[in-house]
Amino acid sequence: MAARRIYLDNNATTPCDPRVVEAMVPYFFEHHGNAASRNHPFGWEAEEAVDYAREQIAKLLDADEKEIIFTSGATESDNLAIKGVYEMYSRKGNHIITVKTEHKAVLDTCNKLEKHGAEVTYLDVKNDGLIDLAELEAAIKPSTILVSVMWANNETGVIQPMKEIGQICEKHGVLFFSDATQAVGKIKTHPREVGVHLMAFTGHKMYGPKGVGALYVSRKNPRVKVTAQMDGGGHERGMRSGTLNVPGIVGFGKAAEIAMQEMEQDAARLSKLRDKLEKGFSELEEIYINGNVEHRMPHVTNISFKHVEGEGLMMTFNQEIALSSGSACTSASLEPSYVLVALGLGDDLAHSSLRFSLGRFTSEDDVNYAIEAIKKGVNHMRDLSPIWEMYKEGVDLSKIEWAEHG
Amino acid sequence: MAYSTKVIEHFQNPRNVGTLDKAKKNVGTGLVGAPECGDVMRLQIEVDEATGIIQDAKFKTFGCGSAIASSSLATEWLKGKSVDEALTIDNMDIVEELALPPVKIHCSVLAEDAIKAAIADYRKKNGIEVVSEATVVA
Repeated sequence: MAARRIYLDNNATTPCDPRVVEAMVPYFFEHHGNAASRNHPFGWEAEEAVDYAREQIAKLLDADEKEIIFTSGATESDNLAIKGVYEMYSRKGNHIITVKTEHKAVLDTCNKLEKHGAEVTYLDVKNDGLIDLAELEAAIKPSTILVSVMWANNETGVIQPMKEIGQICEKHGVLFFSDATQAVGKIKTHPREVGVHLMAFTGHKMYGPKGVGALYVSRKNPRVKVTAQMDGGGHERGMRSGTLNVPGIVGFGKAAEIAMQEMEQDAARLSKLRDKLEKGFSELEEIYINGNVEHRMPHVTNISFKHVEGEGLMMTFNQEIALSSGSACTSASLEPSYVLVALGLGDDLAHSSLRFSLGRFTSEDDVNYAIEAIKKGVNHMRDLSPIWEMYKEGVDLSKIEWAEHG
Repeated sequence: MAYSTKVIEHFQNPRNVGTLDKAKKNVGTGLVGAPECGDVMRLQIEVDEATGIIQDAKFKTFGCGSAIASSSLATEWLKGKSVDEALTIDNMDIVEELALPPVKIHCSVLAEDAIKAAIADYRKKNGIEVVSEATVVA
């Protein structure tokens, strides 16, 4: 029997939908033109395909197609938005507000700008992963030019109160940027409706190809401009030079079109499967769901299995089941997930966490199989765990003076 | 990063998992690491009082695959050694045997610490004076 492989790591990347692949194929050879070639049909075909994809994506966002700037992915879009706004609006101020649970593409970009004179406020989150709106508003000052808050968190799936944040930004005349990488194509993400002025997202988190992303930049009320971070031929209305990735963009557009048609039914099906997964573990003791369970992406759950180390647990089944852990046993720093730590989880619970992210191609069978395999793994690892044994004997683990090495 | 076959083998068939009676005078217990660091190892030795040979060794480990494999291997190596011989086990021997990558070297360090802590506990219980840096808990 061939080894079973179940993919529950869709927040890392999604498979490319076969319909997307099919749409892309002609743009590698048959219609291989450069979209910037103005003088021959090869270029025109490519440009037409790009225009069409731009429309497909704009429709998904309820935006104007001129508001879509193609990039290589969400990391580039995050960089372009934050650095681009910082440079463009430097006369207005140098203060940026963001959140401790943002993706590294946002945090490290802010970090770098601090070295170039920016002042950055990193907001805390509450225990459920949501930001405190009053704290956000209090952090805004005359020099604030940008608020950067992700739409949905990659590790917990927690969805921030976008509309409320948008209102606060509008009230104070501050630009609002959102890294919506994990939300676009899975839940409704209409930037104008919630007052988002810039929004980053990418193809490969929504069943499109890797290597293509976009930045939404509001064209009116307000008209936002960003300073280009990539100089060259002046593509993408001067905001992002570089030959367009035509097949990638075509696939990205197709992915957006499919998402628009199937998002609702996918979300309904996946939230049921996600709930089933959570219920499947309910007979295990000492498990904790991390993050707000109401304001959360339908396909994500992040669970700590106390007294079991996440990476070790994954090793019991990861030949068969792919998922992620907040344990940082593999990282050089040995630090557990900073996102979970920001939620106030102790490092021990962060080390014990697994992130499940289901997707369009996850079946009920997959979930049933995963429940059994993970339950078995947790019990096995607890049999091996000295702290589980101590917990069962009634030892108060917090009273022990641990001999930390290193 | 894929695990070495030896790590997988120990992980799937861990040797000497279990608990010895820590109240017994000839049992030494070492508990090292911390839940906050993602690794806790408890390693125990039972010493034959007549011969000074380690006749049994058990472990339980909270940690990643490499931590579990390191402690499993350590218990295997401890059995049949004298206490003094056991003290010569070096973490780099474990690294080599299990082909641990650089990010997992701390697992082998922890296993060596656990051996030293178990021996220090045994010696302390039996009034054997030695200077040791290892910290003993539990």
